[in-house]
Amino acid sequence: MSKLKELFVLFLTFFKIGLITFGGGYAMVAIIEREFTERKKWLSAEEFADVLAIAESTPGPISVNSATFIGYKRRGFWGAFFSTLGLILPSLIIIFVISLFFDRFMELEYVKYAFYGIRAGVSFLILSAGIRLFLKLKKTPYNTIAFILSATLLVAISLFSWNFSSVFIILIGGGIGLLSWLIGFIRNKTKEKGGRK
Amino acid sequence: MPVLLDLFLTFLKIGAVSFGGGYSMIPLVTEEVVGKGWMTESQVLDFIAVSESTPGPVAVNMATFVGATQGGILGALISTFGVVLPAFVIILVVASVLKGLLKYAPTNAFLCGVRPVVMGLIVGTGVTLILTVIFGLSRISDSLSFDYRAFFIFSFVAFLSVLYKKMKKRTLSPIVIILISAVFGIVLYGFL
Repeated sequence: MSKLKELFVLFLTFFKIGLITFGGGYAMVAIIEREFTERKKWLSAEEFADVLAIAESTPGPISVNSATFIGYKRRGFWGAFFSTLGLILPSLIIIFVISLFFDRFMELEYVKYAFYGIRAGVSFLILSAGIRLFLKLKKTPYNTIAFILSATLLVAISLFSWNFSSVFIILIGGGIGLLSWLIGFIRNKTKEKGGRK
Repeated sequence: MPVLLDLFLTFLKIGAVSFGGGYSMIPLVTEEVVGKGWMTESQVLDFIAVSESTPGPVAVNMATFVGATQGGILGALISTFGVVLPAFVIILVVASVLKGLLKYAPTNAFLCGVRPVVMGLIVGTGVTLILTVIFGLSRISDSLSFDYRAFFIFSFVAFLSVLYKKMKKRTLSPIVIILISAVFGIVLYGFL
């Protein structure tokens, strides 16, 4: 794909995502996964998880962060620029129009009903995105346990309204990854030393 | 201070300090826009409801709306630019640094530890939403109320997705899923 065409595809895809994603954050994440990992295959499941980890642990809306990151990964600065622009343009236009007749918009019954339906559909999109990503991951005991534990923890956090940011859960996972690497590293070092003796 | 500059700086600040996105930034935004007299508290609550039923990130929607009511189209543009700018710059820096860091084993070890966690968080979010939408359970103290309409919509799009994948060997477009859900929402909640 030529550079210009790819920039255009990035812009258009994120414009589409920005236009149809109701319910914020993770709904958008689910749709980005469907578009870029499942359909376009521009990102592997691992790369998508990395994008998300970074998007979640840096300031700013997750969807804006993901768009910037994916755009940059694909096509550098301009890729990032056009992806982010595409993502926010629809809501910019829609919200500007709504701001002109805010009070009347609130009274539209059918908008509310459509939104009830969308919430049910979006919950399927999010659940299937998470499960699909996990199925592509290598099946190690750590992966399975960390996956189940963090899912359970998040549900508990929201059910019991605990004040615990998901950024910490991500950092704990990263810490465990680092620790297991360090243990392996030290073990190898001592083995080498033992071998030399 | 001119209102446009004030809008830009306020939303720049909101964009720079809101971690985790979405709802975590609502208290901060409320404090800022109510404190500045741009919106009343009840207007903020109404707007959050609107933001849930319009596309786009809550932070961006909020910035556009406040900007538009305070400074017209230019205000909307400047506030939105302000709220997105910190995320954009930070991600550019992180992405370019990460490229170099991926050569090192510890970076990869960290990311390997993070990946299943992130996937678990997505599933956890999905389950939380299903509990809220289908079972009316967003807090542990809520009493169970089964919403058969939401359950029907959920099951229908799930069935359709699996069927489409089996027959066409491709993943069903999320746009189709959202549109079908919206139509069913209007029909089931509005006319039944």
